[in-house]
Amino acid sequence: MNFLSYALPIAVLLPFLGAVVVALSARFHRAAPAWGAALAAFSALLVLIPAMPKILAGETLIQSWSWIPNVGLDFAFRLDGLSLLFTLMILVIGLLVILYAGYYLSAKDSKARFFSFLLLFMGAMLGVVLSENLLLLMIFWELTALSSFLLISFWQHREDARHGARMALAVTGMGGLALLGGVLMLGQIVGSYNLTEVLAAGDKIRAHDWYLPTLILILIGAFTKSAQFPFHFWLPRAMAAPTPVSSYLHSATMVKAGIFLMARFFPVLSGTSEWMWIVGTAGMLTLLLGAFIALFQHDLKGLLAYSTISHLGLITLLFGLGTPLAAVAALFHTINHATFKASLFMVAGIIDHETGSRDMRKLNGLMKYMPHVSILAIIAAAAMAGVPLLNGFLSKEMFFDQAVVASGASSWALAIPVLATLGATFSVAYSLRFIHDVFFNGEPVDLPRVPHAPPRYMRIPVDFLVIICLGVGMLPALTVGPLLASAAEATIQGKTPYYSLAIWHGFNIPLLMSFLALVGGIMVYIFRRRLFAWNEKYVAHVDAQIAYNGFLRWVIGIARAITRWFDRGSLQDTLAWTLSAAGLLAVAGFVSMDAPLFGDRELMNFDPVALIAFGGLMLASVLTVVMHRQRMISLIMLGVVGLLVSLGFSKFSAPDLALTQLSVEIVTVVLLMLALFFLPQSSVSISSLWRQLRDVILAVGLGTGAALLTMAVLTRDLSPISAYFLENSVSGGGGTNVVNVILVDFRAFDTLGEIVVLSIAGLGIVALLRKINLHAAVTDLEGRRWNTDAHPLILQNLSRLLFPLMLLIAAFVFLRGHNLPGGGFIAGLIAALAIVLQYLGNGIEWTSARIRTDMHKVIAAGLFFALATGLVSILFGYPFLTSAFTYLKWPIVGKFEVASAMIFDLGVFLVVVGATVMILVELGKVNLLQATPRNRLKGDS
Amino acid sequence: MEVLVATSVGVMTTCGVYLVLRASTFPVVVGLTLFSYAVNVFLFSMGRLKVGAPAVIDPAADSYADPLPQALVLTAIVIAFAMTAFVIVLALKARDELGNDHVDGLGGNLSDDEGREA
Amino acid sequence: MTHWIILPVLLPLIGGLLQLVVRNFGLSLQRVLGLFLAGGLVALGIKILMLAQAGDTLVYELGNWPAPFGIALVLDRLSAMMVLLTSVLALAALWYASVMRVDEKGSHFHVLFQLQLFGLNGAFLTGDVFNLFVFFEVLLLASYGLLLHGSGAARTRAGLHYVVINLIGSALFLFAVGALYGAVGTLNIADMAQKVAAAPAERSGLIAAAGLLLLVVFALKAAMFPLYLWLPRAYANASAPVAAFFAIMTKVGVYAIIRVHGTVFGEEAGELAGLHMPWLLAGGLVTLVLAALGVMAARGLREQVAYLVLASVATLLAAIGLNRTEALAAGLYYLLHSTLLAGAFFLLADLIRRSRGAASDRFDTVARIQDGRWLGIGFFFAAVALAGLPPMSGFIGKIMILNAAMEHPWRWLVLTCTLSASLLIMVALVRSGSFLFFRPQEMALGEADQSGEPPKRAALWIIGSLLVTAPLLVLFAGGVMEFTTETATQLQEVPKYIEAVLEKPLTAGAR
Repeated sequence: MNFLSYALPIAVLLPFLGAVVVALSARFHRAAPAWGAALAAFSALLVLIPAMPKILAGETLIQSWSWIPNVGLDFAFRLDGLSLLFTLMILVIGLLVILYAGYYLSAKDSKARFFSFLLLFMGAMLGVVLSENLLLLMIFWELTALSSFLLISFWQHREDARHGARMALAVTGMGGLALLGGVLMLGQIVGSYNLTEVLAAGDKIRAHDWYLPTLILILIGAFTKSAQFPFHFWLPRAMAAPTPVSSYLHSATMVKAGIFLMARFFPVLSGTSEWMWIVGTAGMLTLLLGAFIALFQHDLKGLLAYSTISHLGLITLLFGLGTPLAAVAALFHTINHATFKASLFMVAGIIDHETGSRDMRKLNGLMKYMPHVSILAIIAAAAMAGVPLLNGFLSKEMFFDQAVVASGASSWALAIPVLATLGATFSVAYSLRFIHDVFFNGEPVDLPRVPHAPPRYMRIPVDFLVIICLGVGMLPALTVGPLLASAAEATIQGKTPYYSLAIWHGFNIPLLMSFLALVGGIMVYIFRRRLFAWNEKYVAHVDAQIAYNGFLRWVIGIARAITRWFDRGSLQDTLAWTLSAAGLLAVAGFVSMDAPLFGDRELMNFDPVALIAFGGLMLASVLTVVMHRQRMISLIMLGVVGLLVSLGFSKFSAPDLALTQLSVEIVTVVLLMLALFFLPQSSVSISSLWRQLRDVILAVGLGTGAALLTMAVLTRDLSPISAYFLENSVSGGGGTNVVNVILVDFRAFDTLGEIVVLSIAGLGIVALLRKINLHAAVTDLEGRRWNTDAHPLILQNLSRLLFPLMLLIAAFVFLRGHNLPGGGFIAGLIAALAIVLQYLGNGIEWTSARIRTDMHKVIAAGLFFALATGLVSILFGYPFLTSAFTYLKWPIVGKFEVASAMIFDLGVFLVVVGATVMILVELGKVNLLQATPRNRLKGDS
Repeated sequence: MEVLVATSVGVMTTCGVYLVLRASTFPVVVGLTLFSYAVNVFLFSMGRLKVGAPAVIDPAADSYADPLPQALVLTAIVIAFAMTAFVIVLALKARDELGNDHVDGLGGNLSDDEGREA
Repeated sequence: MTHWIILPVLLPLIGGLLQLVVRNFGLSLQRVLGLFLAGGLVALGIKILMLAQAGDTLVYELGNWPAPFGIALVLDRLSAMMVLLTSVLALAALWYASVMRVDEKGSHFHVLFQLQLFGLNGAFLTGDVFNLFVFFEVLLLASYGLLLHGSGAARTRAGLHYVVINLIGSALFLFAVGALYGAVGTLNIADMAQKVAAAPAERSGLIAAAGLLLLVVFALKAAMFPLYLWLPRAYANASAPVAAFFAIMTKVGVYAIIRVHGTVFGEEAGELAGLHMPWLLAGGLVTLVLAALGVMAARGLREQVAYLVLASVATLLAAIGLNRTEALAAGLYYLLHSTLLAGAFFLLADLIRRSRGAASDRFDTVARIQDGRWLGIGFFFAAVALAGLPPMSGFIGKIMILNAAMEHPWRWLVLTCTLSASLLIMVALVRSGSFLFFRPQEMALGEADQSGEPPKRAALWIIGSLLVTAPLLVLFAGGVMEFTTETATQLQEVPKYIEAVLEKPLTAGAR
């Protein structure tokens, strides 16, 4: 049986596969989804059957494949008694629910959607109980949350469904994340995520410092899933789901996932006082709270929901007691609760389906309308109440027994049996109410529909479950005995002490407690009117959900507040943050190292010229700021700064820089002036005084930082790589102007990128100015109209005169570039200026009539030349951009020396010309279009 | 002399930063330009300062200024120019779209819609 | 000697030139051309990835000048991975832009797109700090153009902020690079690593200052607290394909940090080693929490997705900041996941917005979604993946990172921040999902606004093909993780990198 070695993964994946098939199956036949779902569940069951005997004999089946070894996440599955018990519940009850739902859902509901969601959930659930690897378990765990979200919100048009689903996902999702944390820590402690290792490392875990945090995180996971106090409130809200979902998820399976988790980790986490206190207390509180509230519900499903909560609390409490026998009792009650509660939910669904109401104040005396169903319901409810001869009774007896045993521990513990009985009393009471109010108690009150018996197949699942209740109740040892035994053994990870599943243990305290509970319950029910009144008055309005909603609103409020405060979309704030971050980190970096700020390199002494030049530079900069409201003036000041900078460059032996800076400066100023034409001539001060102060501090701080950084470098020696350039410039680069050789040869790649930048700027600006709609100011600051003569005669003639001259200079500068200061950039800028001057002097029409070439083409050509020179060298088998000069060694091509670099530089030249002219002219065109003043004063009107 | 250069870098940075933090677009652009000057001078000075020793190979010369930073600055200048051009035109665009020259376009229509595209 | 290394840079440049030449022959031609180019780039990416898989660092010396004097391109697993990832994302974005005719909303879309790719690939492949600066400028300026493509008030405003902030960033970049050059006199990353390690102690303060200044520059690109303020609006207001493509932009910053700081301030850097790590971890965690709050606070889907991108980058930064091979490997896995999924989510958000008509992507139930079935399914997938829930890649990435974090002294902080952020994000996404897709009963009757346009099949296919990477990344997590682990290991073997770049050039030194 080879495929059996894949049985577990197959069993888990079958429902997922089924989900996909079912989702697509609807178009074939209306009933197809239901059948498909049933088939998937059934075959999953079949796959597992061959393995069962061994498991019942106490063996453990593990099937494992490596998945992500680096993390310790294996595709590993484990089937032992415990997982078998849950697997059977999931699949068997799953099958019944599918059958039931097939008839429950109305024609409006999409069955395909419902059943594929249901199968998704089934698969996830199977994954949870069958995972051997804890991370794998986490994956399925979260999947149960997601799929249950989809199921609860199935009737998404209903507000309560949407809200209930969201809440369920939020709460259980939170638990899931906590659990993830716990699992990660567990894996860290044990050194493996595989259950086999983890279960073996119990003592190590309990001894570890992380034990308590791990325990708490894992328990949060379990409690949220199993609706333990204080996380119980999502379960009643989840009742907005279709009833089949409630009977599947919220009685038999999902809420049992938390129980499963506690059972799984029982051997490694239990047995400490922390465990006993946390789990025990939570369980006891949930038991009482649930039982109490259940009594006062008027909605059938509400009552069942709270009773579920209380029974889950009972199971949790049993685990909390921590003794092996308590664990056995817990498992036993898990089975029993699943059977009777699932059937009760189905009954509730039937009643809802056939009468159109779930309100116990309207539902009365259904006995005579649907006798069969009523009988079933009565039996199941009796089991819920723990009436003898029914399965609920047996596990409750065991519970009482353990409660009594535990009471020996301390005087505190005496409370346990008392409270247990109290809880049982209430559960008797609400079961009684369920039976009496619904099936007897006179005639129904204005029901939407006339009650009648349900379709046969809707009833069969209930029959089946109730038969189990009876069977287990009367012949426990024969029916569940072996399953329970193997489950218990797997849970405890050792031999289980003796226990008997007999019905009769003689007269003993547990029996007495049951009796008291029974009587008490009846009394409570008889005197319920007073209790109800009291409840309405004081308790009813207390609802954890309200707290939850408030909390959620609060969180969202906080989130909004913080986000809007920090991210308020103000450029000034953003810049302030950025700049201060830069300053602070730089300082932090320096301080962290305790090294001197300055070095000991001896400095040049001042000379007066430089002093004046730089003095002027600083003065002009300051004036740019001071004058920044008179924009024209501050622009001129900026020009002065640029001029002096270029002077500085030439002073410190950088003629190329000086030239470039100079020409760029001119172009920039022209550009800004053109732009200023469309912007307000002056800016009114908007910033508050405090804001200005902040800015000044920030600015001065950064300025100081920059100055210090400069000094820190300048006071230290440097042995740069540049020596190489000086040596190889002539021999290797074929030019004496090293800067230019670096630009077109050593680091030509930079230059390539740079001309691309220039081109993009040109194109981007064209794109920006498309469809732009600006209006020019008509007058200057003093209100004088601009000179109407756009092109004064002198400028006209001068520009035409200068044009050839400037082009000549450009050519000259370009040609000498490789050996003397100059080159493509500067030449390009000069040429561009020459052209722009024409536009300024003679206007767009005149000029564009003479200069017809589209600048796009010029840019393209430039890029092409630059690129081509690079590619040619590849053809010759050399790296991109190898300059042809290197071919000197090869006489054939030797005559090309210098050429390639020159062509590259030509490319640069063209791009610079193209882009610059394009930018300025595009702006100029807008200028022309808008020159006629219009009164469309947007914004500042 | 180094002190002089360092100070002017500092001053230009200060002025640039202050202008960049203004509320209307034009001063911001001017500030950016000023800031880029500061950067260029800084970058240039990283090759240390030399007087009368341009990096043009010449048998007579005994020492040369560091050519690499010069090349870098040349690149930087041109890139800065491209950027300035772009941002100033963008400022015009903003003036058009948002109706005023505040950097946050206060008063303009700020609903996060797709504007003309939708 | 192989020219493969330079081709990913050259192809888009040539492509850009072609697009510029053919711009007058109609968009349809440009679209075809663009898709061909992008497809070719994907092929190239696969090719160089195979080259890099061989395991040694390949060097391409431009102009045949030996490093560190000339500019060298360096190809290792990381750069190859980034190039491939970029090209895949680009293909999807461009395809979507062509299908939805986004490119006709303004001029030069296709040229800018190609040149953006030129900038990106250049940045991923260069081994030289200043050259990195140049390529940053290329990709930034191209991104300005793309971001502003198609105008609109909010977009222009976001664009203005984005541009100005990045100009400041560029200026700071030059300050940092300049200071580094002034301190150690080189620009080549490998050489710099060597020289920094050898630098006299009295310079360490200067170098550290410059190094952290450079970190600020990269963190600005990567959108780390407090430098991320430009991101949400820029991404939320860009046209969908651009926003999707921008999912890679933040990763450029992350890449630069791994590449430059990881190399220069690696193990061997003495007292400067790991200079940037604590900042990354702290900044990453703060960003993560703030981003999660932003996701919660968002009022529209695109804003929310923008914050999700932020959250994923934050996780990534924190992972790097953990400074362990496993964490870095996990981070790289997470990088793949988050980039592709964020891209998909932006496109999806656009379809949803279009299908909801006047309601656009605002979180309210007034709108009737047109033909919302596949959109809903897609949203569920994307949300589950980005919220880090199983069975999607986000969850795997998250547990990988947390698993690696468990040995870091800050483990509790990391655990708390990550898990609570995941919770916030999950809750927020559930809310927005039910706002967008669950219709109240009365709406079902359909007297709601019908102006939305139903999603185009082709667009859905594009998104689907991106979304499907989430389950695939889970399925083949083992293999992917193996690759990223090799990558991380290679990244931390700085001496090998230095040796490869400085000693054994790929091309025979001709001179």
